Amino acid sequence: MTMIDRKLLKKESVGPLMAVLRDSGRRIIAPQSVGSAPGAWYRELGPEDELDLEHLTTLSPKSAFLPMVEEILRFRNEGKRIVIDDCKIQAQPTVIFGSRPCDTRALHALDAVFLRQPEDMFFREKRAATTVITFSCAAADPDCFCTSVGGGPRDPEGSDLLVTGIGNDCWLVEVWTLKGKQVVELAPHLFQPAGEVETECLVAKVPVRFSLDDVRKHLPVLFNDEEFWREQSLACLGCSSCAFVCPNCSCFDIQDEADLKGGSRLRCWDSCGQKLFTLHASGHNPRGGQSQRWRQRVMHKFSYLPEKEGLIGCVGCGRCSRACPADMNLVERLTAIAEARV
Amino acid sequence: MTADNVYQPYLMRIERAIDEAPGIKTFRLLFQDEESGKNFQFRAGQFGEYSVFGEGESTFCIASSPTRKGYIECTFRQTGRVTAALAGLNEGDTIGFRGPYGNVFPLEDWKGKNLLFIAGGIALPPLRCVIWNALDLRENFRDVSILYGARSVGDLVYKYELDEWGKRDDVRLATTVDPGGEAPDWKGEVGFVPHVLEKMNPSSDNTIALVCGPPIMIKLTLPVLAKLGFAPGDTFTTLENRMKCGVGKCGRCNVGKYYVCVDGPVFTLEQLQGMPNEY
Amino acid sequence: MQLIIGFAKGSNGRRRPLFARSPEQLDQLILEDNPPLNLAVYLRKPEIKRLGKAGVVATPAILRSVLQLAAENQYHDSEALFLALDADGAVVELSAVDQIAAFVSSSPNTPFPSGDGIQSKDREERFAYWQQEFERCIRCYACRASCPMCYCEQCIADSNQPQWVPVPPHTLGNLEWHVARAMHLAGRCVGCGACSKACPAGIPLGLMNQFLAELVEKEFGQRAGMATKLDYPLSVFNVKDREDFIK
Repeated sequence: MTMIDRKLLKKESVGPLMAVLRDSGRRIIAPQSVGSAPGAWYRELGPEDELDLEHLTTLSPKSAFLPMVEEILRFRNEGKRIVIDDCKIQAQPTVIFGSRPCDTRALHALDAVFLRQPEDMFFREKRAATTVITFSCAAADPDCFCTSVGGGPRDPEGSDLLVTGIGNDCWLVEVWTLKGKQVVELAPHLFQPAGEVETECLVAKVPVRFSLDDVRKHLPVLFNDEEFWREQSLACLGCSSCAFVCPNCSCFDIQDEADLKGGSRLRCWDSCGQKLFTLHASGHNPRGGQSQRWRQRVMHKFSYLPEKEGLIGCVGCGRCSRACPADMNLVERLTAIAEARV
Repeated sequence: MTADNVYQPYLMRIERAIDEAPGIKTFRLLFQDEESGKNFQFRAGQFGEYSVFGEGESTFCIASSPTRKGYIECTFRQTGRVTAALAGLNEGDTIGFRGPYGNVFPLEDWKGKNLLFIAGGIALPPLRCVIWNALDLRENFRDVSILYGARSVGDLVYKYELDEWGKRDDVRLATTVDPGGEAPDWKGEVGFVPHVLEKMNPSSDNTIALVCGPPIMIKLTLPVLAKLGFAPGDTFTTLENRMKCGVGKCGRCNVGKYYVCVDGPVFTLEQLQGMPNEY
Repeated sequence: MQLIIGFAKGSNGRRRPLFARSPEQLDQLILEDNPPLNLAVYLRKPEIKRLGKAGVVATPAILRSVLQLAAENQYHDSEALFLALDADGAVVELSAVDQIAAFVSSSPNTPFPSGDGIQSKDREERFAYWQQEFERCIRCYACRASCPMCYCEQCIADSNQPQWVPVPPHTLGNLEWHVARAMHLAGRCVGCGACSKACPAGIPLGLMNQFLAELVEKEFGQRAGMATKLDYPLSVFNVKDREDFIK
């Protein structure tokens, strides 16, 4: 990736910038507080809504590309005939304002699945119509481990614009793609040229917590060590929290909902952590035990996906560790794998 | 109709519905859109996702041969929600079909070789496709042997075709039922497939073995094939795993780094030996 | 006993379940006032059962869960050992179901926690409130996974013949799921709050269960986790059942 341009943006210009984006027909997805729910949530930002860039979001912005529920087919009954109707593929031009470097990096993993032939055009259209404005992280918490998986709090990978705080209520805006350039050109009067501000950049320090190389080396060897995986997953309750808050996870289910007149085929999020995921109609379950499902989660992200697609299925955002009711803590598990004596 | 939608099925009309065995049916399907029907091509080994609109989709192999144009056939056992809905449909009804998906049996690599088909129960359909494909191109292959077994006489599928194959002098057919499954007029073998295979003692020389059956049959048949000298690279089988999208995206059928729907369902024993046992 | 189940210090200020099988692991045991989980949920897990007979560091909520499980034939006499603290702070060992029942009935009855005012709102407001909350539900089933009473091998949500609960997490489906779960827990929920704590979306699920628990207590005089015998109002017919709430 090569940077195209650098600009400065004052915090007071954010409101006017949002207005310009809206006027251009784009909807804005940004983190906000919702009711009494803890943390921040990616929602459509209306003119009256307040941006919340302080709090961690429970979910990543992946639902802007892969909604929790999405109609992929629509059909109706006409007497004995079945008619397939158009369903919504055209995506509204969108700006994600306030993604994090980790979430943005995860888009590559989603691309690898959905843009691989045959292309999933629902995803493709949304991807093409969306501009991603990422905010570098000025703060990190002990659950963050982006630097252990090849990322970082100011990693531009996948961003159209990367925004970094430089103090004095001002941001450095790095333009990395033509899409990002288009956004800047919508409101050039709101941006100032950027001078030498590198030393003022407010970026968190995220220490590397384990050796990814050792994890990748050890996983194939550890595969058959059933006791190892059983110990690791003793506390796991088998919910889907980790998979659903994860920006990389993309497995889905397909469900029909219809009445006598017709209905839809829907795509919805699913997780390999659930017992039903691999259950055959015969009753046979290739991954019938929770330890096998836990092993699959780790192997898929850190062994199979790298081998198959050349990318790690984890960006170190730490959401799984924050969401897990049993405090499984992925970093601890990965560290144990990296330090295992094989 | 959005042509670009990978999840959109062809509309198919059930032209023929045949009761094969208790709970097992075969559908012959015609493409509602004639153009699509004319242009449709597939190869032996591939499968499809068959829809009952409003209930869902189910994964079956395409059980008819690609040499027979104009229609496709599928055979299924009533097991769950979608197959129950399918079983309730009649000739003239409409279902959906997405495909052809998956990889293929490399018949072109087998020219001049002997073919040995071993199947059990409801697992004959994936091999039936290859059998007819091979018989329609009979001059390409040397000996064609088929060993097919089921729990009982009533559970044999494609009974009418077994008769046909048995009558041909260019096919060596052996059918068997489990002990206790024979009928008074049963003229075939009685015994489990792996035992009958050992009795048959087929030569592994220049022979490709294709095995499809319930997990227990496969587990006991593979050692027999090994004993007979069949190389893992010359032993083919098909894997079944729970599937939804059929195109390598939903993640369900994932075994190690493979997707059964894209990298399979056809695998050699050699490939299986390099995969985690999660299928 | 082959293992002790309790809590240990977790990561980043959290607490995590501890399955201690060695003295070093035992050293990690802490007493937790605000447990993030109801440890009783692990009692029926095959992965834990195979480790052997367990001793559980038990809070009143855990003991009531075990009693309810016993009443439902899911926990049997002396299957595990429970280490509870009596009023003087002394450790009491409880194993037989009757022992647990006696201990629970001698402990002060914890009042239902107050419901944030939502209970006092009218029907339309309450429905709007839950619609807003369930819009955030991602159907991760952490609520079900963390609940000791949700032990069904095949949950109603897993059935697709018929499809009782829609799988996709649209708001209506989420509402159906949570109402179904609340109804299945009416008179069975001991109010441990594990579901609310487990929910990654911060939905106060316990309020629904509490509402029904209060209703069952008011109408049938039953409270979960108090008796060793099942007298479950929704499956037992009593001629004396009042019907004045049926309008």
